[in-house]
Amino acid sequence: MAKKYEILSHTADIGIRAFGKTAEELFTNAACGMFDILADTKGIKLKEKISVKLKAAKFDELLAEWLRELLYQYNTTGIIFVEFAFQKITPTEIQAIAQGSKAPNKIKTEIKAVTYHDLEFKLTDDGLQAQVIFDV
Amino acid sequence: MSEFADQLVKIDDYRWKIPKSAKSGMRVDGIIYADEKLLKDIFQDKALEQVANVAFLPGIVKASMAMPDIHWGYGFPIGGVAATDVENGGVVSPGGVGFDIGCGIRLMRTNFRYEDIKVKIRDLTYALFNNVPSGIGSQGDIKVSEKEESQIMLKGSKWAVSKGYGVEADLEATEENGAIAGADPSCVSDRAYERGKKQSGTLGSGNHFLEIQEVETIYDAETADAFGISKGMITIMIHSGSRGFGYQVCDDYVKGMISCLQKYGISVPDRQLACAPVDSPEAKSYLGAMRAAANYAWNNRQCLMHLVRMTFEKFFAMSWQKMGMDLVYDVAHNIAKLEKHKISGKEKMLCVHRKGATRAFPPGHPELSARYQQTGQPVIIPGDMGRNSYLLVGTEKAAETFYSTCHGAGRVKSRTAAAKAFNAVKLVSDLEKKGIFVKATGRATIVEEAPLAYKDVNDVVNVVHNAGISKKVCRMRPLGVVKG
Repeated sequence: MAKKYEILSHTADIGIRAFGKTAEELFTNAACGMFDILADTKGIKLKEKISVKLKAAKFDELLAEWLRELLYQYNTTGIIFVEFAFQKITPTEIQAIAQGSKAPNKIKTEIKAVTYHDLEFKLTDDGLQAQVIFDV
Repeated sequence: MSEFADQLVKIDDYRWKIPKSAKSGMRVDGIIYADEKLLKDIFQDKALEQVANVAFLPGIVKASMAMPDIHWGYGFPIGGVAATDVENGGVVSPGGVGFDIGCGIRLMRTNFRYEDIKVKIRDLTYALFNNVPSGIGSQGDIKVSEKEESQIMLKGSKWAVSKGYGVEADLEATEENGAIAGADPSCVSDRAYERGKKQSGTLGSGNHFLEIQEVETIYDAETADAFGISKGMITIMIHSGSRGFGYQVCDDYVKGMISCLQKYGISVPDRQLACAPVDSPEAKSYLGAMRAAANYAWNNRQCLMHLVRMTFEKFFAMSWQKMGMDLVYDVAHNIAKLEKHKISGKEKMLCVHRKGATRAFPPGHPELSARYQQTGQPVIIPGDMGRNSYLLVGTEKAAETFYSTCHGAGRVKSRTAAAKAFNAVKLVSDLEKKGIFVKATGRATIVEEAPLAYKDVNDVVNVVHNAGISKKVCRMRPLGVVKG
């Protein structure tokens, strides 16, 4: 199975490099990477659903926006999101449904924020690749 | 190995320069405060490159500076100091303050000696752990309405004192008397309001902590005495910030300021350095919200101190006043402030960013409260949970750093590397053998915060002391540690 994401080491913080054959896969894998840092996501059920509609000037900023939105939703509702369905992804716009449930006892790390530091997106021979650093 | 390592020019044993020729676009040199031992760690990550990147900021004066606890952050390095000239296009950068706006340290004294409580430290640590909400996303008993939340943003620690969570004397021992002027709740988003409502009086997680300590070494007896500190005294240190409220304020404004780069024709090598001229509407709005978050942080630490006092009262069945639990000082280390400083003999209004750096005003500084006019400002430097923490004092020499000094030990090992290298059970047992009791919400925090994940704070403090940008007053050792 293709690698979904890898953890990047950073002195004070933590990052992920996410992969995907399509934009949908890339956005899914980046979100899964973020929630895996945050919590033990095993056994999370698809009880809660939110819809997300976002715009950004560039594709990498759209990815940052996506993660920021999911992180905000987690921070105010406690929901860990594990499944994502996309109605629309363009280089500057996204519409999606995220599903998950609360995991009060499985939280591992507080992610304070998604940063723009070393935020990167590129096309590779295998598809799409992006990296994001989180402030923890 | 940092590509900037070869470009460093030695100024003296404690100061190193990255010449502005090192990277095209730098407006000033970079200055690193470090000795040769600490430089070896600094070379290992991207911190030096970040010092060079900060030198791109429009209006930056003197130098992009880094304290000896410097390490790789996002945008600014942690341990970075940068001041911009407000009247000459100087900018403010939310990334130069960071997400935990107003994060800082508070030090309390007590009348207890180590001998009095040494057999009670484990129970006392557990009592603090039980009474002070800590951990990821922790929520406390202090829940406020939106109206009260905006009062916290305006009044800072004064809000807590008005509710009975402290006394007037606490405010005199807090930077800005616990509330910086110019906070504007209307500049704060609904999202930040939402996140701030339930988090006053909560410690948080990560490197935030509450520590029972013993004063083990006095370096400057006269100043220690003036600060109410003596050898063998039990002190309590609190490290926390503005919690989710501040994170959200920063998050909102970094995003907004990315579009300012184009609007104001600013070029920076990292989007996390997004900024706007201090006199622009975007910067004014950010500063209004940032000050609201800084006030939230001071109030938070005031509420935390109240919880500590109440815990001690219950534990010892004695009033906190009788136990002498007075605040020595509270100072922020993530903040941007408009301050007057002399540049080439002329007084200028500067926007001083301290990102993991501590303000250190000298004796006689007009912004210090009466009680510290003679001595200079107390400067509190926490170390890791296995070694030491320090109390320093501000000096006139620190005019060269806009009266700024280090803020802690500084990480040397990433959290992921620490998680691989250390075992929580063994760490806790090793610390207990040294007489240090640790109580944390999660095992992950214990390994991430392992002493060896940090530089030795003794090395860091020796550099700022020897460089003269603050002076040692006393050193503490940890006895009981509460971690989130």
